[in-house]
Amino acid sequence: MVEERGVAHVTRSRRERPLLIKLLLPYARVYARPTTAVMAFQLVQTAASLYLPDLSADLIDKGVLAGDTGYVWRLGAVMAGVSLVQLVCAVGASIVAARVASYLARDLRASLFGHVQAFSARELNRFGASSLIVRTTNDIQQVQAIVQTTLTLMVAAPIMCAGGIVFAVAQDVRLSVLLVVVALVLGGAVWGVLWRMTPLSATLQDTTDAVNRIMREQIMGLRVIRAFVQEDHEHARFERANTLLTVTSVRVGRLMSLIFPLFTAVANVSGVAVVWLGSRRIESGAIGIGTLSAFLGYVMQILAAAIMATYLLRMLPRAQVCARRITEVLETTSTLRPPAPPAPPVLRPGRVELRGVGFRYAGAEAFVARGVSLTVQGGETVAIIGSTGSGKSTLLSLIPRLADASEGTVLVGGVDVRRLDRTELSRAIGYVPQRPYLFSGTIASNLRYGDPESTDDDLWQALDIAQARVFVEELPEGLDAPVAQGGTNLSGGQRQRLAIARALVGRPDVYLFDDSFSALDYVTDARLRAALARHTSSAAVIVVAQRVSTIRGADRIVVLDDGRVVGTGTHHELFSTNVTYREIVLSQMTEAEAEAA
Amino acid sequence: MTRKRRLRAGDMPTERRGAALPDRSADVRHTAWRLWRSMSRQRALLVGSGILGVASVALTATGPLLLGRATDLILTGTLGATRAGSSGIDGAAVGRVLVSAALVYTIAGLCAYAQAWLANLAVQRVVQKLRADIASKIARVPVTYVDRRRRGEILSRVTNDLDNLSQSMQEVLGQLVIPLFSIVVTLAVMFWVSWPLALIALVSAPLSVVVVRWLAGRAQPYFVEQWKQTGRLNSHIEEMYTGHAIVRAFGRERQTMAAFVEGNDELAEVTRRSQAVSGAIQPAMMFISNLGYVLVAVVGGVRVAAGAMTVGDIQAFIQYSRQYSSPLVFLASMAGMVQSGLASAERVFELLEAPEETPDPAVPVQDTPVVGRVTFENVTFRYHPDKPLIENLSLVAEPGHTVAIVGPTGAGKTTLVNLLMRFYEIDAGRILLDGVDITSMTRSRLRSKVGMVLQDTWLFGGTIAANIAYGRPHASHEDIVAAAVAAHADRFIRTLPDGYDTVIDDEGSGVSVGERQLLTIARAFLVRPPILVLDEATSSVDTRTEVLVQEAMSRLREGRTAFVVAHRLSTIRDADTIVVMENGAIVEQGRHDQLVDAGGSYTRLYAAQFAGMTSGTTSEPPVALA
Repeated sequence: MVEERGVAHVTRSRRERPLLIKLLLPYARVYARPTTAVMAFQLVQTAASLYLPDLSADLIDKGVLAGDTGYVWRLGAVMAGVSLVQLVCAVGASIVAARVASYLARDLRASLFGHVQAFSARELNRFGASSLIVRTTNDIQQVQAIVQTTLTLMVAAPIMCAGGIVFAVAQDVRLSVLLVVVALVLGGAVWGVLWRMTPLSATLQDTTDAVNRIMREQIMGLRVIRAFVQEDHEHARFERANTLLTVTSVRVGRLMSLIFPLFTAVANVSGVAVVWLGSRRIESGAIGIGTLSAFLGYVMQILAAAIMATYLLRMLPRAQVCARRITEVLETTSTLRPPAPPAPPVLRPGRVELRGVGFRYAGAEAFVARGVSLTVQGGETVAIIGSTGSGKSTLLSLIPRLADASEGTVLVGGVDVRRLDRTELSRAIGYVPQRPYLFSGTIASNLRYGDPESTDDDLWQALDIAQARVFVEELPEGLDAPVAQGGTNLSGGQRQRLAIARALVGRPDVYLFDDSFSALDYVTDARLRAALARHTSSAAVIVVAQRVSTIRGADRIVVLDDGRVVGTGTHHELFSTNVTYREIVLSQMTEAEAEAA
Repeated sequence: MTRKRRLRAGDMPTERRGAALPDRSADVRHTAWRLWRSMSRQRALLVGSGILGVASVALTATGPLLLGRATDLILTGTLGATRAGSSGIDGAAVGRVLVSAALVYTIAGLCAYAQAWLANLAVQRVVQKLRADIASKIARVPVTYVDRRRRGEILSRVTNDLDNLSQSMQEVLGQLVIPLFSIVVTLAVMFWVSWPLALIALVSAPLSVVVVRWLAGRAQPYFVEQWKQTGRLNSHIEEMYTGHAIVRAFGRERQTMAAFVEGNDELAEVTRRSQAVSGAIQPAMMFISNLGYVLVAVVGGVRVAAGAMTVGDIQAFIQYSRQYSSPLVFLASMAGMVQSGLASAERVFELLEAPEETPDPAVPVQDTPVVGRVTFENVTFRYHPDKPLIENLSLVAEPGHTVAIVGPTGAGKTTLVNLLMRFYEIDAGRILLDGVDITSMTRSRLRSKVGMVLQDTWLFGGTIAANIAYGRPHASHEDIVAAAVAAHADRFIRTLPDGYDTVIDDEGSGVSVGERQLLTIARAFLVRPPILVLDEATSSVDTRTEVLVQEAMSRLREGRTAFVVAHRLSTIRDADTIVVMENGAIVEQGRHDQLVDAGGSYTRLYAAQFAGMTSGTTSEPPVALA
């Protein structure tokens, strides 16, 4: 099945040539002036390099054959001067091109990054974080490379080709016809190779991805593969992908192998034809022997232009794929709309209300949660409990606007969250996610996410409540202890406690705990909740949990089943009246234990 | 060529740039030797390719000579015509020379094509073999090899490094022969035609190499800085995308964007500089080559005027001097490619040379039906040699019994499972299955008797159905659905867009952790092995579902020996034996009620859970756990 997906990729990426152009077009306007400058430099540079064979023709015809050594030296000096002009212009072009390419990549990256930041959890999950990372970094690098190459080589190639013909015509019109033929043949060859290469490159990319994916799976799933004794199956799977990749690589290589010898042979044989036809023209006295030499120079120029074009050949297919992947992200609009100004102020701090809220993923037929209404006042603790996949976390994520409700309204502080200023909203909410993600930096820098202005004392207080003081104190650097990306140098329980402390630091009016106590042992869990209760006495607290012990002290418990509220009340009320709640409780403790509280 | 290499280098991971370049010559020699050995089977192809390359160069080198010959013939013809008015150009002679020139060029082209094709074929086969070797290596390294390293680092070796190595080999092996040989041949011919002009050319070409190196050296610090900045920016992006929810929930978009813009601008600046400096390389090369051209024309012109050489010689010479300088520059640029390729090769071979699992016994014990008695006898294991993990542990699991292993984090519960599955090899003692030492049977036989559900759920890219059927690839759809129903995964699977045919990836996006656990449980259900190992199998599943899954599992466990590692005591109350572990040793063993009454570690664990349930306020729990 994995292989089938690969095939789908190939057919899709076959005809997408305009995407790269579409992606770059807006920037062509932004960088119109430097791009024009590059063109101008390239024009002069190319003209200079074409002028050289012309001069050497003169040198031979008027200097060498006439026996005028002085003329030879004079013309030699002129040629050196022309070479210098070419050097200056070529370097100039390259400097400006570097500016355009790197700034363009910068702009593209910034726009992509900003775009992704505005995404809701929905769009982010559609692409997956790791894919978005590759698109923002590597894919844009590829686009930058192709812009740089285009500006330094590709602009010069057609100019060189056309210029070569123009100069040739000035020397001798009839012999120039031959050059036009050579240019056409080489142009045709470039086009032909490109035409064959584009689908092949896409296949190559896909087969490479397939091999890398299987490699990745075999490393990540090492235990499972061995536990289920599937080494042979995996070996066969890898062999298939490996063979496919090799076959494709060999085919690509064969095409690549053709380019250089083909072009060189065409140019060299053209050189022969130039001498042959030239000899006729010389015989008839139409041209001098130096012109012949110049023509050979022009053939070489056209060849050089064709070879430059092949650089693009190698890069273009890959850049196309990258452009498509970037465009896909840019064309995905966030389902989260920024609030229309003026944003109203918070009316009643510490109050959260859900009015008939429903959520479903785009395209899915079933709602994740639907018809949920709930009001939480400041100072109240409400717990949401329900089975895996009952929509608890989704509901919670609607409050800090990680996603927007598909129907109904979410209000924080008495105002629709979609109308609230985002800074205002996040200041009002302390959110602790299910997976406690920490950023690289220090413990302090992570905690200050909640409030950049907070003092060390504030941080210690938050750590105290989150039951994290002891382990932070034990670290040699204390608050300044380094945190690795994702917090991987800390244990799951430590991460979770820091994530809780981070939410506490900002002293928000609303606390949202998304199954935030699951990685803690029961003792720490109990202590933490006790400390928390004192700290959050005036705030609204919403806790999503699976452990009954975590939530049984809540003022109200909301029981979700299949995305619907099936009961609301205190532990005792629900335990005696609600079937679902009773089932959940009894799955964790005996009846006696449940009654004991 | 310099340009292409630079761009390709852009795909390489940033972390190992610069730092990993092999400067220790012994290692480089070793790596080069390994690389050479890995090519042994393709040597015939490579030699053939080399011969064709030499032929192509030799033929190409005669071309300008022939053309120069033709020019001279034309010249004598025209001069003769103007002087004597007689014969004019000897068309037949010129024709003969030109036809042979055309032939020579065509054959040279064919040779060059065949050369590149063969070299490519050889390289692709070498790389294919390397990839296959790596894949089978991965299947043979001990699990500890992967556990002790960052997986991303191993992944980088098998993907990025292998890609880089393959590309470098392709460029170097495919294109080394022609430039190298053409320099030799061209130089020889040039000296033969005119040694003074040859000396001029000889000076100009190395000059361009010197200039290229100088410029490349100037660009190097910018490149280093560019990769450093790229790495910094990439990790910022990575973090901000991964922690997207936090960034949004805490309203940190502005600060995040500001930090991004700062890094982004710095990267753009340093990229601009590196590209600008390195972009000057090609024009500089062109300039030197042009100067050589001018010098050859002028000096040649003067010498023709002095009657020391013919016009045809100059023309040939101009062509030669171009033929000679470009491969030299190409070779110079190849040095970097060789370096980077060798660095990757070193990392690939390091992996290939990693120690492997001890081989399975040559004569494994007979495959007899499994009864299911598992015995640990004085087992000792250390993950780090200086840190005791499991010391002198003994344990018996009777056939058909369920053994629950509980204890605080780090007590060694999961390690016990790893030892039973022979993911880790014990340092001392024995583990017996039905009285037979597990090291005397093949690993695959042992593992095929044990079905296991791991704490760390792993799904591979493919459909839900294929993931469930992983342990029994030929299972019928009905069996797959039945397993999913038993694991209570059926309901959520049916809410997915394509049901059982929904394609998921190894990151499992769209499927929650709890749901993934249900899928891995279904996977074990389908295999129905004699022994079951459940390592925190339902830790992320809600308790109500867990109870239902447990019921299904207790049906599955009937007549099977089962090991259950659990965090929640509620799930293991009914186990035949509960083993309490602390610091790698068993501190208590018995049934639930016995242990509760014993007043030991288990009582404390149990009380802690119970205390947590009842208090919810301030009461101090009886004991603090690790």
